[in-house]
Amino acid sequence: MSLRTAVRAFPTLLRVGVSEALAYRAELIVWVLSTTMPLIMMALWTAVAREAPIGRYGAPDFVGYFLATFVVRQLTGAWAAWQINFEVRQGTLAMRLLRPISPLWSYAAENLGAFPMRLLIAVPVTLLSLSIVGGQAVPQHWWGWPMLLVAILGGWLITFLANVAIGTMALFMESSQKLMDVWLVLFFVFSGYMYPVELFPPLLRSIADWLPFRNQIGLPVELMTNKHGLQEALLMLGRQWLWVLVMGVFAITLWRRGLRRFAAFGG
Amino acid sequence: MLSRYLRLLGVQLRASSLLAMQYRGDFLLEGLISLFWTGTALAPLFVVYGDRGSIAGWSFGEALLVVGWFTLLQGVLEGAITPSLNGVVEHIRKGTLDFVLLKPADAQFLVSTTRFLPWRATNVLTGIGIFIYAFHLLGRGPSIPGLFAALVLLATSTLLLYSLWILTVSAAFFVVRVDNLTYFFQSIFDAARWPAPIFKGALAFVFTFIIPLALMTTFPAEAMLGRLPLKSLVAAVVGSCVFAFVSRRVWLRSIGHYTSASS
Repeated sequence: MSLRTAVRAFPTLLRVGVSEALAYRAELIVWVLSTTMPLIMMALWTAVAREAPIGRYGAPDFVGYFLATFVVRQLTGAWAAWQINFEVRQGTLAMRLLRPISPLWSYAAENLGAFPMRLLIAVPVTLLSLSIVGGQAVPQHWWGWPMLLVAILGGWLITFLANVAIGTMALFMESSQKLMDVWLVLFFVFSGYMYPVELFPPLLRSIADWLPFRNQIGLPVELMTNKHGLQEALLMLGRQWLWVLVMGVFAITLWRRGLRRFAAFGG
Repeated sequence: MLSRYLRLLGVQLRASSLLAMQYRGDFLLEGLISLFWTGTALAPLFVVYGDRGSIAGWSFGEALLVVGWFTLLQGVLEGAITPSLNGVVEHIRKGTLDFVLLKPADAQFLVSTTRFLPWRATNVLTGIGIFIYAFHLLGRGPSIPGLFAALVLLATSTLLLYSLWILTVSAAFFVVRVDNLTYFFQSIFDAARWPAPIFKGALAFVFTFIIPLALMTTFPAEAMLGRLPLKSLVAAVVGSCVFAFVSRRVWLRSIGHYTSASS
């Protein structure tokens, strides 16, 4: 189970992930339909901003923001928590453990496999946003693009690792479903998914700055819609990757400890 | 016939309440979760109403009434509708729906009454708490005929929610993997948290006619304020009956399409 074998096997796992995403495309569509909240929020906030802008957001800014949110949510999605929770309870995790590669790699590959299919949705929405909002819908400086990519990768990693940590909790408690629901609510409130984090009242805003959620959605969206200068952006990216590191260590430690408790019967 | 079904309902209710009584700690937990949920549900409201008095003609107190109805209906949905219908999705995936279909009673009745989570009723209490606070903010009481209208609307909304769920579950017969149908439904229902007049254009059309969210939370709130026209009340009753009828037809159709996965 060395890192080298894992890295060698990963492209194959990814290919499997992509074909799986293709096979379950109907499910993917249901998932995309269930992430329509940004569109509802867009309707709400443009109605609010119709009379006067809020902070630096006018009605068109909100359109750009929420279309970007929709796109980022598609690209940073992961569902490993449900998978792990389900497989622990059914005992099918045992099958994965038999393979000579850590199950975490195969979860990652399966979750990433949906990426190409999701681009099929994300790209047209970005183009739509460009046609409505104009240039402000995508990064304006050359450095904005690589930063956006790094931020999306970081956002995905945080989402995935949080999923792993919560899914692993199923090994310690009966089911981690409720825990996931709590995480999701905090995510909805603090990630910038329902409204830009900077519109929060000051106290909530500083809480949001320190929690991991903003790095999942808010930061990539803000980079996509040019809300920060270079220096500020670099600082925030640094904070995001610090969270990636923390979540990574936490999730993997939890996973290792949890596996010792795992005992599947039958098979 | 009717008495037989009533007796059956009694049996199923007793079974699930016995199950729930085993976990009395859940009462406290559900209460806490419900309060937590409401708190987070109110957060965007505070942000939206941060520095303006009214949006689309709805003041903060009035919008709170809508949130109250949302919370209350969420309790009804998650306590009485979702648990048993999640069971159907599970049945479809495992191919064990046959066991239900073979029983000598209506399948839709059986699948929708198998499981209740009575502790979710704490959501209803939270909703009522919000109503009291909202009227306190508004500085007046609800209109009495309006309250009766609101009760009628509670019945129609429940019927609507139930029919929508039946429609969603019917989709499960055609979609391969359906674990996330619940989330899909919840995310649509989430829009009901806001007064309907906020939505304009295409969304307004969808939320009034295709997924009648306006009818579920905005109408009852207006009724309590005593400004719901009688015409709307009648439309709500007729509309929800039509909706229930359609969902029943779709359900029967999907059952017809069902081919057991196990055998």
